[in-house]
Amino acid sequence: MAHEISHDQAHDPSNVVNPEHGEHHLVTPAQYSMVFGTLLLFTGLTVVAAYIDLGALNPVIALGIASFKAVVVILFFMHVKYQSRLVKLTVGAGFFTFIVLITMTLLDYMSRAWGMW
Amino acid sequence: MSTQISNTIVLLPDQATAKLPKRNYINNEHGLLSWLLTGDHKRIAMLYLISITFFFFIGGAFAGLIRLELLTPAPDLVSSDTYNKFFTMHGIIMIFLFLVPSVPATLGNFFIPIMIGAKDLAFPKINLLSWYLYLIGGTLTLTALVLGGVDTGWTFTTPLSTHYLNTHVITAASAIFIAGFSSIFTGLNFIVTIHRMRAPGMTWFRMPLFCWSNYAASILMVLGTPVLAIAIVLVALERLVGIGVFDPAKGGDPLLFQHLFWFYSHPAVYIMILPGMGVISEVISTFSRKRVFGYTAVAFSSVAIALFGFFVWAHHMFIMGVSNYSALVFSLLTMLVAVPSAIKIFNWAFTLQKGSITFETPMLYAFGFMGLFTIGGLTGVFLGSLGMDIHLTETYFIVAHFHFVMVGGMLMAFLSGIHFWWPKMTGRMYPESLSKLAAVTTFIGFNLTFLPQFILGYLGMPRRYHAYPPEYQVLNVLSTAGATVLGVGYMLPLLYLGWSLKYGAIAGNNPWQATGLEWQIQSPPLTENFVTIPIVDYEAYDYEWLEKKQREEVTTVG
Amino acid sequence: MANTVAHTNPLDKVDHLEKLMPHESIINEEGEHVVLPQHRHHFETEEQQREAGSFGMWLFLLTEIMFFGGMFFAYLLYRNWYYPAFAVASNQLSVPLGTLNTAILITSGFCMALGVWAAEVRKKNVLVWMLILTTVFGVAFIGVKADEYHEKWENHHIPGASFSTAQFTNPAAYGIKEQPLAPDMAQKTEIYFFLYFAMTGMHALHMIIGIGLLFWLTWRAHRGEFSSGYVAPIENFGLYWHFVDIVWLFLFPLLYLINRHLPK
Repeated sequence: MAHEISHDQAHDPSNVVNPEHGEHHLVTPAQYSMVFGTLLLFTGLTVVAAYIDLGALNPVIALGIASFKAVVVILFFMHVKYQSRLVKLTVGAGFFTFIVLITMTLLDYMSRAWGMW
Repeated sequence: MSTQISNTIVLLPDQATAKLPKRNYINNEHGLLSWLLTGDHKRIAMLYLISITFFFFIGGAFAGLIRLELLTPAPDLVSSDTYNKFFTMHGIIMIFLFLVPSVPATLGNFFIPIMIGAKDLAFPKINLLSWYLYLIGGTLTLTALVLGGVDTGWTFTTPLSTHYLNTHVITAASAIFIAGFSSIFTGLNFIVTIHRMRAPGMTWFRMPLFCWSNYAASILMVLGTPVLAIAIVLVALERLVGIGVFDPAKGGDPLLFQHLFWFYSHPAVYIMILPGMGVISEVISTFSRKRVFGYTAVAFSSVAIALFGFFVWAHHMFIMGVSNYSALVFSLLTMLVAVPSAIKIFNWAFTLQKGSITFETPMLYAFGFMGLFTIGGLTGVFLGSLGMDIHLTETYFIVAHFHFVMVGGMLMAFLSGIHFWWPKMTGRMYPESLSKLAAVTTFIGFNLTFLPQFILGYLGMPRRYHAYPPEYQVLNVLSTAGATVLGVGYMLPLLYLGWSLKYGAIAGNNPWQATGLEWQIQSPPLTENFVTIPIVDYEAYDYEWLEKKQREEVTTVG
Repeated sequence: MANTVAHTNPLDKVDHLEKLMPHESIINEEGEHVVLPQHRHHFETEEQQREAGSFGMWLFLLTEIMFFGGMFFAYLLYRNWYYPAFAVASNQLSVPLGTLNTAILITSGFCMALGVWAAEVRKKNVLVWMLILTTVFGVAFIGVKADEYHEKWENHHIPGASFSTAQFTNPAAYGIKEQPLAPDMAQKTEIYFFLYFAMTGMHALHMIIGIGLLFWLTWRAHRGEFSSGYVAPIENFGLYWHFVDIVWLFLFPLLYLINRHLPK
């Protein structure tokens, strides 16, 4: 088993190296298997949903399922659920910047009067 | 310097006691390979310094050629295609191979670990890789040049670059792609180092502001540069395969390229200026012998500039076909992004107030920065307002604006930093009177070159044209004359700094009596920076602490 | 020569910090502190090195998000501008193959996660097998993609000189159950296929690089480098591999499942 720092040390502010030290949590194979099953299940769901006509909801559901799967992979396969606040913030910052790129560029395209959107 | 003017000027022993330390990072290992395969952040910084100086003078040569052509209204020096190549190469080299890496890769690499009390950056090998990527990018740029050059403008605007030109676009684009990764790895290194390698007691708000500025710039490097990468890849694919992504005939939108390009290139200007602002914070504090006014405001404004810098890119595209509504939104946001920069100028001004100001060369450059960056920044606000931009964009007003912020601002800050930290990096002082002369010459030459260009732009002279109506000639001649003076001003440091390596006075630990961990160690520093990792229990810019320490401890200068 | 900040030995004041950051060591199975051979001198503790490495990998993944982001935006734009062309072109992709590939990649990620666990609990054989399985599934994914690309080539769906819109202007002649597209809209399918190849191609490139790294890591794991407490390369590669997986999790519905329910 890898070394674990005690609870007091983990939150010691003078520990400049890693002030919000993420507890070194071990994710078990059983948990991974549940995640695996969930991912396969939702893959099947998204395929089935694609064949049902839900109008404008189709892309919403497809993206929603994909986002859910991504979140699950990030939290469990990539351990982010058990990481320090810094790592969580970093992941958030990445997606935030991505969203800024998408939405602010869309701002231009959607408000053009070309009639193409 | 042993006159006591106020409580906070320290009584130092005679400079003649300064000695060069026997062991330092320069003589620690010998041989070319020990430099080419080094992991030492200080050596990599010096490697970068040599490389970017080389590319700076190539870019400067192109500037000279541009100004030479513009002496006369007629297009009589070179053909228009060649002239296009001049300003394209000038832009590409100056922006990607000089300005972007200038302060971070040299001064940042050298001093960030020392300033926070670390032994090196987090990833020394990646640091070295970053330098090699820079060299590869630079070599590819020179290859494009030698093969015949690129004439798209540094902005690679589509569909010109994808459909209407047959110059070496892909070579140049590949060069920038690779140089971009150099930038990303530098930024990545800085972020991890600053987050995770500060010495005990070195909290975020005890770090020098130079670290804050580089941190903010590093965030921009990591998040913005990849978008430039994909934009370049798409241009290359469009040229190679004809996929249609930017081709209106096939249904593509050329403006998509510009959105992706400027999404990086606007934050890029903050990547360029933020580290320079960090230098100015250090220099102004040291030479007014006073802590920076409003440390928190300056620190947060750096991060604010980085954040807001992502929201304004389309102000480079107002006349390119974006919708009126988005132009409006981006114009409003552009007004917002000017605020944090202005906050810094105010804070520096208040730092100066009631300080004990001395006029060493770094301080001269810093004063130049404050004035010229303010002018450049204010003209940026003119350009940010939609109504004015319609008339001023793509004229010499824009050229003058960005040269004021980049050359009058950033380049002056870079020179300020080089002169400020030269004694620390090399252990030698440069000749002060010659350096002051160079600073003044640069300032005069700069104003003579670029002030007329504001007027030219306002009168309507377009940019990137090598012929112009005769009534513009007087201003153009003034500008070219200024460029000559400016060139002399930039050559001088190359000469006397090189001279100082062998013949300069020995500097000692702290010739400027500055605070900061880098001034508490020897000049040049040891390879491992510190003999023991310092424990920090004082605030940044704590001149009282410095005075007390020097009174109680220092018996020799170095 | 002043190289320290204070006269006194700074460590005198900081016994509690000594205990906090046991120098360069981790606790092994017997509860003793050992120094890892891979410890780098500029880090104070192995914990710091590991955290820094992981954080650095995350920052690199951020650059990947932004890199793919540009292409995702191009997709978003042109799908909305040329929806009919995108829908018809997307229907030419094989849902069974795409679903299979998604399952393969998820399985590969599952194996990689198990490999990380094995490294952390120091089970060398499990780690090596998991790395091998991850590689096998990764190669399988690329194999299926190669098959799909080949099929595209045969149908003249690769953008460039060989591209042909014949199947979209006259689907009945090719046995394709779609409504025919007007010529100018049919021509927009080239943009769809360009995005298909650019996005899946860039993804595949990242997978191939990952597979190359996997070969190297499997070899090193076989030699026992990762079963004594040094897990950082496995962990960090795992982050990379899962990220590439996530990109595909978005590519699959966006490229394959645009409009599968058009009446035939």
